[in-house]
Amino acid sequence: MPATIRLQSADFDAGAEAALLTCGRTDIGAVVTFIGICRGSEAGAPVAAMILEHYPGMAEAEIARHVETAEARWPLLGVTVIHRYGRLVPGDNIVLVITAASHRHDAFAAAEFLMDYLKTRAPFWKKEERTDGAAWVDAKLTDEIAADLWAQVPPAAE
Amino acid sequence: MSVKLLYFAWVRERVGKGEEVVEPPATVATVADLMTWLAGRGEEYAFAFENPKVIRAAINRAHVKASTPIAGANEIAFFPPMTGG
Repeated sequence: MPATIRLQSADFDAGAEAALLTCGRTDIGAVVTFIGICRGSEAGAPVAAMILEHYPGMAEAEIARHVETAEARWPLLGVTVIHRYGRLVPGDNIVLVITAASHRHDAFAAAEFLMDYLKTRAPFWKKEERTDGAAWVDAKLTDEIAADLWAQVPPAAE
Repeated sequence: MSVKLLYFAWVRERVGKGEEVVEPPATVATVADLMTWLAGRGEEYAFAFENPKVIRAAINRAHVKASTPIAGANEIAFFPPMTGG
């Protein structure tokens, strides 16, 4: 089943997207659904809204490349990645990653792999609107380390 | 060589535009050379590229290193480290 990759300003329905992956299938035994949500505070400071900027064309290509890597690394039976852009307020969904596999380990690992790469390699940038003005979010070293770790750990599923 | 440049996030804000077409001289061979050349184009560029080590680049929509040659590039993008997800 080809992966579903979408960038959109509109919200998504995680339950409906997961149902699309499993509909009519009896080989799928595990579905992991990850939803990233806009927080109302960052390091103790209230956040009024978040602007998500992206590089159209490259963002889709970069996500597709990492989905292909995940599919080569784990025996996946379905993948959906939806990333929103534009202005989001606290409580809004930002990103959806769904992985389907026969067994939970593969689905969990692939979902975490995809999120770790989305954080540091997909061309998206967050700007937070705070009470004291707007500021671009700094990249976190911990996210960079998490993504790099996948390149060092030998694939567990092979 | 004429090449389309794209800027994102604070690089875009500092330069003051999202895209433009430039014709760097033949001595500009790599991504790093291009950043140095751009930094000399005016105050806003000098500000945007004051610390090239923190700026990431893509050629034809694929991540590249600063040492990558720009020959043959149609589209080169400059942006800060990514904060998606």
